[in-house]
Amino acid sequence: MDDDNPYDLLAADDEDQRWAFGTGFTDPFAGVGTALPPGVPAKALARYCLALGDDALIYSHRLQEWVTRMPELEEETAIANIALDLLGQARLLLSRAAFADPSLGPDGLPADEDRLAFFRAPGQFRNVRFAERADADFAELMARLLVFSAWRLELCAALRACPDPVVAAITARSVSELTYHRDYAAAWVVRLGDGTGYSRARMREGLAAVGPLTGELFTASAVERDLPGVAVDPGTLRAGFDSALGAVLDAATLDAPAPLTDAPLAPAPLTDAPLTDAPLTDAPQSDGPLGRDGAHTPALSRILAELQSVARAHPDATW
Amino acid sequence: MVSNSGFEETIAAGRRVEPRDAMPEAYRKTMVRQVAQHAHSEIIGMQPEGNWITRAPSLRRKAILLAKVQDEAGHGMYLYSAAETLGVSRDALTRMLIEGRQKYSSIFNYPTPSYADVGVIGWLVDGAAICNQVPLCRSSYGPYARAMIRICKEESFHQRQGYELLMTMMRGTDAQREMVQDSVNRFWWPSLMMFGPPDAESPNTERSMAWGIKRHTNDELRQRFVDMTVPQAERLGVTLPDPDLEWNAERGRYDFGAVDWDEFRAVVAGNGPCNAERVARRRAAHEDGAWVREAAMAHAGKHR
Amino acid sequence: MPESTADQGEWPLFEVFLRGKRGLNHVHVGSLHAADPAMALRHARDLYCRRNEGVSIWVALSAAITASSPEEKDAFFAPAGDKVYRHPTFYPIPDDVPHM
Repeated sequence: MDDDNPYDLLAADDEDQRWAFGTGFTDPFAGVGTALPPGVPAKALARYCLALGDDALIYSHRLQEWVTRMPELEEETAIANIALDLLGQARLLLSRAAFADPSLGPDGLPADEDRLAFFRAPGQFRNVRFAERADADFAELMARLLVFSAWRLELCAALRACPDPVVAAITARSVSELTYHRDYAAAWVVRLGDGTGYSRARMREGLAAVGPLTGELFTASAVERDLPGVAVDPGTLRAGFDSALGAVLDAATLDAPAPLTDAPLAPAPLTDAPLTDAPLTDAPQSDGPLGRDGAHTPALSRILAELQSVARAHPDATW
Repeated sequence: MVSNSGFEETIAAGRRVEPRDAMPEAYRKTMVRQVAQHAHSEIIGMQPEGNWITRAPSLRRKAILLAKVQDEAGHGMYLYSAAETLGVSRDALTRMLIEGRQKYSSIFNYPTPSYADVGVIGWLVDGAAICNQVPLCRSSYGPYARAMIRICKEESFHQRQGYELLMTMMRGTDAQREMVQDSVNRFWWPSLMMFGPPDAESPNTERSMAWGIKRHTNDELRQRFVDMTVPQAERLGVTLPDPDLEWNAERGRYDFGAVDWDEFRAVVAGNGPCNAERVARRRAAHEDGAWVREAAMAHAGKHR
Repeated sequence: MPESTADQGEWPLFEVFLRGKRGLNHVHVGSLHAADPAMALRHARDLYCRRNEGVSIWVALSAAITASSPEEKDAFFAPAGDKVYRHPTFYPIPDDVPHM
């Protein structure tokens, strides 16, 4: 074997079955047409995809912060896997949003996944506030991951029937990823809940900590109301979510803390303001307390300051 | 009692030593140290690059970097797995790393203050690692050789993506080009140091070569790396920070300047810019995570 | 410095075997640590199947594996098989060994 060229060794096709590297890739989007379906309002569809994409983008960022901080090396590959899956979902959804409405691009430039991710201001993001919170410890990390995944799984499962074929394809693929994420988090909630006395206390605290912003996940906003028959009413996800969560908490021998079982927030009044005019502020609005309306906690500004820092320092650069 | 003559025969025939085979204690100890330190390097190496995941300036670059850092965790685990076949636990090795009793590649004790470092680490650091690692695919110790084959296949994408990022930046704005050149200025000499001290100062080289633990000397690999990299640098349009770097037609190789071995020794001894920080992060993750690992064992104990 | 004892929460070692899409049988690919078999399976998927799909995974506690060695000569070995992958408690490395 010639080792003058390091790549000769790598190119040898030796049929070694121990090698789990890329033995075939099937494109889940093969045969999916990209044309927007007639009868679906393009701008409203774009805003919806943006919202779902922002959820995944911002939450993936939070998970990325845990790389090199996990309690065991095997958990490093697991959390990176989940963050990568969500980043992939974000990219597809932001790209669909850009395709459906190029005018979504900030600063008057046509939208694409990167312009949307790196050049919007905090008030222009449409993620649920739940996704932007930081986790104090591993128990809270698993509590939030369980709630987020279980919720998003219900949502994507329902969206497989979406009249937009691209959204249907994205969510169909997301369902198998999210099932894995939910089950990973569930297994940890069970282990910590029914582990040592110390872990049980931490798990209870973690669940209590993620409770307060859970109601928002099941509250419809203008983003959903503007897209009837296409967007999923998040209120309809509650039953499936409660059932899944209930099963996990039973196995963990824990009770559901009160905020997780709260009714959804009262729906915000309809607003005519187009998405790109949403106020650039983090203070919750009296007439629209939801992340979907562009109202966020201060955490989002900090996330974006980091996420967007290099791209904004070189606004004309290609990477 | 099995004698070591089986071992000598295996080495002489170019076959692999496997975990159950008899082996000299010195071979076992050397192998444990080499494989463990290689594993520690992969895990610590996640930090300087992992530093940039949340700030990667495009979503595609972010995904690539996250996948790369995830691979590094995986490589560390493959290597700890190989070390464990020699009768030492991963937990014991982790404690040795945290307590400073075992080392990792000193390149990771340098900071990564700019995003261009992500590309330069992929090009130079992974490039140097590949030079070191491809020969190790023929290591005499079976589990290590097999881990190296898997790692080398995965790492080929790492180096190419790093170089591709640099090519993109060098075709970009003035600020991007300056960022790349600055990064190369900082990482070139530390990359040469990755091959270890000069042969004259490496007392174990001869025995390691005889036992198939090393297949080439430090200086041989360092020269090979320079010869491969200079044309890549020219293609990229960056200047390597060595005024003595010059093609020597007679030798058919590049001549290059003197490495600052004082700097190398200082960094290896723990006085590099980031030594404390790298180990502290690993220690924190391990110690802060103890209650989680214990909970998992407690749960498993209740549900056998 | 306290005596080096194993971490209370140290997870046991599992060996991992994979059968790829074109494979006819499972092949040993390495090992990993997990608290229980279900976790081991999930970790094996994350660690060994990042770039692959549709792979069958087996995991087994290292301590549960009994193996023979192809180089064995009967006269030198006791009849009972031995464990190929030594369990970590066999050889703790003394603290005063340099460079280890």
